[in-house]
Amino acid sequence: MHKAGLNTADTAATPAPPPPLWLLAELTYKCPLHCVYCSNPLDYAAAGQELSTAEWVRVLQEGRAMGSAQLGFSGGEPLMRDDLIDLVAEGRRLGYYSNLITSGIGLTEAKIKAMKDAGLDHIQVSFQDSTKELNDFLGSTKTFELKQKVSRLVKAYDYPMVLNVVLHRLNIDHIEKILELAENLGVEYLELANSQFYGWAYLNRDHLIPTRAQLDTAERAVQRFRDRIGDRMRVYFVVPDYHAARPKACMNGWGTVFVTVTPDGTVLPCHEAKMLPGITFPNVRNDSLRTIWNDSDAFNRYRGQGWMQDPCKTCPDREKDFGGCRCQAFLLTGDATQADPVCELSPHHHVVEAAVANAELAKPMITRPLVFRLDQNSREFCKIES
Amino acid sequence: MTDTAASNGPTTASADRLPALRRLFRLQWEEVQQKHVLLYPEGMVQLNQPAAEILKRCSGATSVAAIIADLEQAFQQTGLAPDVHSFLEIAHAQGWIEYR
Repeated sequence: MHKAGLNTADTAATPAPPPPLWLLAELTYKCPLHCVYCSNPLDYAAAGQELSTAEWVRVLQEGRAMGSAQLGFSGGEPLMRDDLIDLVAEGRRLGYYSNLITSGIGLTEAKIKAMKDAGLDHIQVSFQDSTKELNDFLGSTKTFELKQKVSRLVKAYDYPMVLNVVLHRLNIDHIEKILELAENLGVEYLELANSQFYGWAYLNRDHLIPTRAQLDTAERAVQRFRDRIGDRMRVYFVVPDYHAARPKACMNGWGTVFVTVTPDGTVLPCHEAKMLPGITFPNVRNDSLRTIWNDSDAFNRYRGQGWMQDPCKTCPDREKDFGGCRCQAFLLTGDATQADPVCELSPHHHVVEAAVANAELAKPMITRPLVFRLDQNSREFCKIES
Repeated sequence: MTDTAASNGPTTASADRLPALRRLFRLQWEEVQQKHVLLYPEGMVQLNQPAAEILKRCSGATSVAAIIADLEQAFQQTGLAPDVHSFLEIAHAQGWIEYR
């Protein structure tokens, strides 16, 4: 992926952007879970009709022709689409490396086998994390058993498996248990992703930001685990950007590597971008993916550095972090062309510092009770917007 | 490279081993990029031609020595052993290959 960044610089003189190597197909917003940190838009209930199988097939074909090689089937819960196996087969026929990103709910042995036969390459099972299920997990009850069952099946059918756990204030102290579970399941990769604060997680931010001490303890536990387990498992610990001094290289730059197609065919440079105002995001029902990627205002808006203002415009790190995340800049400053406020050089950095400082209080101030990703809550947000 | 006696030991020993691409990875040609890539869960390694030619031969059934001989014949070159060994060392450290 790093190489793709270099290619961008090398070919700066030519008008065509580099190909979208990563295509994320958000097949549906339907989901049996109600995670408080869900990355789907708050107003997902207002999305248009889902793309048909034939429309998805066309999207996959167009993406592959442009050079997309990694294909993610995501959602919502992608298993809720009953044409998933057909789409997996089409993905394989086209030469994608396909990844199923699932909660595991609904992942039966029959489906696991059928998807293997259809050519699915990899399954990422995540731990869901609404409070009830967190309790289940900690109590080693229903969820825990379901995860074990699904994970054993994934292994039995010889898929490489990634276990994904979103970490936050409410579960990060159980890191040892999570590591132990990953070891028992024999997964190849463990992705410990500290919650990022967009959408539902932003609403619930005061509940979810961990303390510095929690993070340090977790990081030490991960390091001890890595030292002990060696090559058997790769453990990624994604540091939360609120606690970092400089921003993440979000999406490796706007419109350079990633393209997301949402359930109703709206195309986004990242799955959060829909929140940005003043941009009409194109739809595969109206334009080809190639036209959208190369020529649309939405995809060209924050490509390159022309949109930057200080401190990004003259920052030596701008080639490295691209000014951070446009969505986070908008969310925290109201202006998407600002430096990502997690950057210590941002004039708005105090906003992030205040949120982190609040988390350090014995009793953090809580703006609102936990908001679950529920259709009724989403419909409320749709009303507020219109 | 001057101390051939010292480097002969491990080289000779590992020449019999059978490198194989690990099942996490898929090697394929990408027309748009005009290069071979290694695909794995949510990631991609872009390979230069020598790397791709070596990895293509890591079937788990061919020894390192036979891979070197095959490459030297295919590309009509000699003395590829040090390059192949050092690449395989990297590939092993990266977790792309295992020895059978």
